[in-house]
Amino acid sequence: MLAEALALSGMLFVIGVIGVLTRRNAIIVFMSVELMLNAVNLSFVAFSKLYGATGQVFVIFVMTVAAAEAAVGLAIIISIFRHQETVNLKDINLLRG
Amino acid sequence: MGNEFLPLLYSFHFYLFGLISVAAAIAFVTRKSPVAAAMWLVVTMFALAALYVMMDAQFIGVMQVLVYAGAIMVVFLFVVMLLNLGHPSELSDIRGKWGRIIAGFLGLALLAEIMTLTRSPMELKLIVPAIPATVNSTGGIIGGVAGPLFREYLLAFELTSILLLVAIAGAVVLGRKRSAN
Repeated sequence: MLAEALALSGMLFVIGVIGVLTRRNAIIVFMSVELMLNAVNLSFVAFSKLYGATGQVFVIFVMTVAAAEAAVGLAIIISIFRHQETVNLKDINLLRG
Repeated sequence: MGNEFLPLLYSFHFYLFGLISVAAAIAFVTRKSPVAAAMWLVVTMFALAALYVMMDAQFIGVMQVLVYAGAIMVVFLFVVMLLNLGHPSELSDIRGKWGRIIAGFLGLALLAEIMTLTRSPMELKLIVPAIPATVNSTGGIIGGVAGPLFREYLLAFELTSILLLVAIAGAVVLGRKRSAN
């Protein structure tokens, strides 16, 4: 099952990359990042079946970081929306001098 | 009875949930409405939780449902609701033709690279010696995870609490309404 799980993990990661590259809605880009993190979690769990439970500990850490990232990132998106009335990445150019 | 069918049943469900997760992920990337995309992502996460349970990581499966599908996605949907997205004018956010073509090629190249790496023979010194995954006889399912978490990785665990505290403070500060300035 390890090979299949890793192939699945790779496919999900690539779909997440495609989502980040092709979407302009900042929220959907964030969700694509979450999908990539999930793909990594899947390979951690697949390896933990072979090499012991340490991989599952790392999955817990990844989930924590993902939760923190979602909270801060969405707060940033709300802040930008208040400023610019948009979440379209094409229109967000605050740092362009 | 029927013990010879169990591996077949296992494989069938493994491939079934794998197929569901990939199909839902593709639907997630292609949906225009943020709410529909979030719902498809929830389907992906449930299928992944089923896969975790099948790979003897029951606790992680439960955490996946509770934390990812239950908490993080609800936060996403809350933000979609707060910002009142989903107007027809907001919907067409997919990049133009060239963006799609470049992303498609990049995705195919990455996938081909991953497949080539998994097919190619690994150097002997790079292969990790297989430790048989010992089913923890005393702690049960959660004990197998909690043991390393609270022994070898205790420092990282405590640092995680600082990370969460910083994230809470940051979210509150960023989300606060600006006073008149």
